[in-house]
Amino acid sequence: MPELRLTTPLVESEIEKLNAGDRVLLSGVVYTARDAAHARLVELLRDGRPLPFDIAGQVIYYAGPTPAKPGQVIGSLGPTTSGRMDAYTPELLAAGLKGMIGKGERNQTVIDAIVRHKAVYFAATGGAGALLSKRVISCEVIAFPELGCEAVHRLEVRDFPLVVVNDSRGRDLYSESRTLSF
Amino acid sequence: MREIDAAIITERVRAACIEACTVLPRGVLEALKRARRIEESPTGRDILDQLIANAEIARFEHIPICQDTGLTLVFVELGQDAHITGGGLYDAINEGVRRGYDEGYLRKSIVRHPLDRANTGDNTPAVIHTEIVPGDGLRIIVAPKGGGSENMSAARMLKPSDGIEGVTRFVVDTVREAGSNPCPPLIVGVGLGGTIEKAAILSKKAILREVGKPSANPTDAKLEDDLLEAVNATGVGPAGLGGRVTALAVHVESYPCHIASLPVAVTLQCHAARHSSFGI
Repeated sequence: MPELRLTTPLVESEIEKLNAGDRVLLSGVVYTARDAAHARLVELLRDGRPLPFDIAGQVIYYAGPTPAKPGQVIGSLGPTTSGRMDAYTPELLAAGLKGMIGKGERNQTVIDAIVRHKAVYFAATGGAGALLSKRVISCEVIAFPELGCEAVHRLEVRDFPLVVVNDSRGRDLYSESRTLSF
Repeated sequence: MREIDAAIITERVRAACIEACTVLPRGVLEALKRARRIEESPTGRDILDQLIANAEIARFEHIPICQDTGLTLVFVELGQDAHITGGGLYDAINEGVRRGYDEGYLRKSIVRHPLDRANTGDNTPAVIHTEIVPGDGLRIIVAPKGGGSENMSAARMLKPSDGIEGVTRFVVDTVREAGSNPCPPLIVGVGLGGTIEKAAILSKKAILREVGKPSANPTDAKLEDDLLEAVNATGVGPAGLGGRVTALAVHVESYPCHIASLPVAVTLQCHAARHSSFGI
């Protein structure tokens, strides 16, 4: 199956070309955030305060790495379960977030918000953290360092292998793939 | 009475934590390769290729297989004629976990209370299950258990009249509802019988068995075959993106139970089925 190449920040004209099931190699900057960082980001939005990074067009990766050993860019870095972020996601999409990387199903509220804001949700392969770490070329903690692995890391990735799960037209690969026969 | 020095236990647990998190057991890797041969979904095959490559990168470059290096689950078999000297057994194990997760650059994923959520900073405490056995030896299995798959595990007290159909339905529903979240292809551990906590512990023991090795009990072995077929008919597939291989194996462990009860527990183990064991 051919792979599409995509670079961040994401623009709507490119997002609209993506279809559930497409395999994508993503390059550019992505930001890590999981449960604790999401709670803080949304708190900042609700208070009308600035986020620690400009979220317009950006991609959030639901991940908390293992510590880097000396000489490593980053430790193991696979996706965590996205559903835990569902409660926060619509507000981040409304603020300009365009892409999310994780694993696992999103709820209908998130799927509707993805359509409304022309965004996209990708799956990375859960449990492939060693392989995925090799596609990260730089890593820097830019917010909430006290959260440890849950801090927001600014990553530069090259050819990060993803599958489009929820596209901007409301398709959902997880539910569609159950009904296919192999 | 044989004496076992607590400091040796600490050192062996330290090493086992690091090994378990970076070296996928050979049986699991072989099972992934078999899955790759039978998977028909192109995306599923691609996922399995990534998982096989991932295990090799992890092993050769000493990178954790998965960033979730887990809650450290420890199974202890302590001989009744052994005596631990120089400190407590559980303190020795937790010190080994502390050192392993620090020195191995493993992620610290434990919070001190389920509601205040403050990280303990060293991945302790471990969850330790101890059995007293004949003899004077000590055997320990260290099994880091990821949160994503543990969150999708389940237990249910069925009625005896629910029988094999009820058990099958519960196991298959648990796997189907878990979908992509627990990182399939899974090893499904089924604990049958006992009480609610006994069934849960049996389901944990079930995931530690060598992948695909049938139960010695013919009833359970038959159930394992039938459950594997049923689970793989769900179409969840590798990474939940559709396909034939939703589970690499189903392992059943059973125990006698009350005339009124049919306890069933299902532990879902992700494909990073990590464990390392040693004897002293």
